[in-house]
Amino acid sequence: MATKGEELRAVRERILQMGPERHKKRVKEDYGKLLCRERLEILLDPGSIVEDGLMANCLEEELAADGVVTVLGKINGRDVAIMANDFSVKAGSWGERTVEKIIRIQETAMRLRIPMIYLVDSAGLRITDQIYCFPGRRHAGRIFHLQALMSGMIPQICILSGPSAAGGAYIPTFCDVIICVDKLGAMYLGSPRMAEVTIGEKVTLEEMGGSKMHCSISGVGDVFAENEEQALQMLKDYLSYFPQHCFEKPPVYEPAEPEKPIDDIEKVIPENQNVPFDMYEVIWRIIDKDSWFEMKKLWAQEIITGFARLNGKPIGIIANQPKVKGGVLFVDSADKACRFIRLCDAFNIPLLYLMDVPGFMIGSKVEKEGILRHGCKMLYAVSEATVPKISVVIRKAYGAGLYAMCGPSHEPDACLALPTAMVAVMGPEAAVNAVYYNHIQEIKDPKERMKFVMEKQKEYREQVDIYKLAANLIIDDMVVPTQLRSELIRRFAYYENKPGELRYPKKHGVMQV
Amino acid sequence: MAEVACPMAGVVAEVKVQPGDTIEPGQELLILESMKMMIPFQSETNGVVKEVKVNVGDFVNEGDVVIVLE
Repeated sequence: MATKGEELRAVRERILQMGPERHKKRVKEDYGKLLCRERLEILLDPGSIVEDGLMANCLEEELAADGVVTVLGKINGRDVAIMANDFSVKAGSWGERTVEKIIRIQETAMRLRIPMIYLVDSAGLRITDQIYCFPGRRHAGRIFHLQALMSGMIPQICILSGPSAAGGAYIPTFCDVIICVDKLGAMYLGSPRMAEVTIGEKVTLEEMGGSKMHCSISGVGDVFAENEEQALQMLKDYLSYFPQHCFEKPPVYEPAEPEKPIDDIEKVIPENQNVPFDMYEVIWRIIDKDSWFEMKKLWAQEIITGFARLNGKPIGIIANQPKVKGGVLFVDSADKACRFIRLCDAFNIPLLYLMDVPGFMIGSKVEKEGILRHGCKMLYAVSEATVPKISVVIRKAYGAGLYAMCGPSHEPDACLALPTAMVAVMGPEAAVNAVYYNHIQEIKDPKERMKFVMEKQKEYREQVDIYKLAANLIIDDMVVPTQLRSELIRRFAYYENKPGELRYPKKHGVMQV
Repeated sequence: MAEVACPMAGVVAEVKVQPGDTIEPGQELLILESMKMMIPFQSETNGVVKEVKVNVGDFVNEGDVVIVLE
């Protein structure tokens, strides 16, 4: 006869095998997904798992752990808390114990001040159990309430490798980052079936809330992964830039030289302000090799936001991309920058702004989209950030673009300029048109007119010459382009220990959204 | 049949493709004059141009269809 101990071992063994074989087969073969515990095995250091709530709903044979695995574990030696939906158990749906387990692991992460990771793959709430898991104080709503409270205190990271429906889609969205797996991940408030019934729209799941859609169109997704293994590796990479919580500094790694030598940096920046170039070519010449982790790469590409290491230390880069839409700031690019700046500031990651910006977009289309509101949001985040911050005018910085990219008025620790820089309310062409519009119209001879315009543009260029701005201490220093990396390293080393800037005491500001 | 929409508002400064041309991702389709700059607008897809719906000097708004593919 089996001893009590052996009986318990058998029950636990059964639970560790997850859902019924037929469901596991479907997960693997029909969906092509990893099983819940396989994901944890790939993600976590061997033998590091401590699990809570393994026995949840253990009297029900087919409801192993009640459809969610909640553990403490280590990623490259660092403690993390994880919630992982088990799709082989009732499609990862939530019942009473599922929700209680999620809430408890969140509370544990907050108490221990360690990153909270969500591996999302769930069909949603079990409607038959709703009064036990939907409306109450410790029911599903509390998951999102806690996410809001822990936001900015501990990193919250999500891999979306399955569905995330209705209210459940707020779990990924509340996270600092959503890594979306191609074809597997999907999130939406209303499913395609729901859309057809309620509003008559016929749409596929992929169009409605697929990974590609969210990473390139809605901007809800942050990182696009080809498959689950890549997503899990990306999660580890992402975490390497972050501290455990907001009162720590981010971890430091071995320094590395840039991927491309900085010697030819002048060649990649055309002097003519109106000729596009690829800002990545500047970035590859500044940051440590293989240290780049880009956020929202496929969305609003006129601005680049990504983590990097400079001499081994994490920084967040916000860079205009003149190659896309001329680097003009739009509604989405402002949102993208705002979100990234706040993420870096929350976790003590210094900011580096690289400017080549003609300003915010003009026209009725963007005004109707509320570009003022969105621009305000970006400016707000720039002002609010107290981490070490350096802005560099790579080429042009026109109008409110200068402010939005942390120009001198926005209290960077330093605003630097390359000799190619031009800082002005607007470019020479626009300025001459604005000031001399009537006069230009009056000149009938086209040659004469062109001559006048060119002369005035030349005058204007002289007025806003970067040496003149440097002479007037508008910028803190001009930098020889080939010395940009070393200058940034030396400067950040001084700024990294600043105790934080003075801010007026208040509950919180009223940021535009 | 696919349609190529203009990514931003501006005036068409140059049209770089014509009907019958095969295009590929990254190829320049139009040059837009916008925000006082010349901004190349590149294709994101493969295809064969069926119709170019704009001429040099036209104002196009963001989202306007500028090229139709076969």
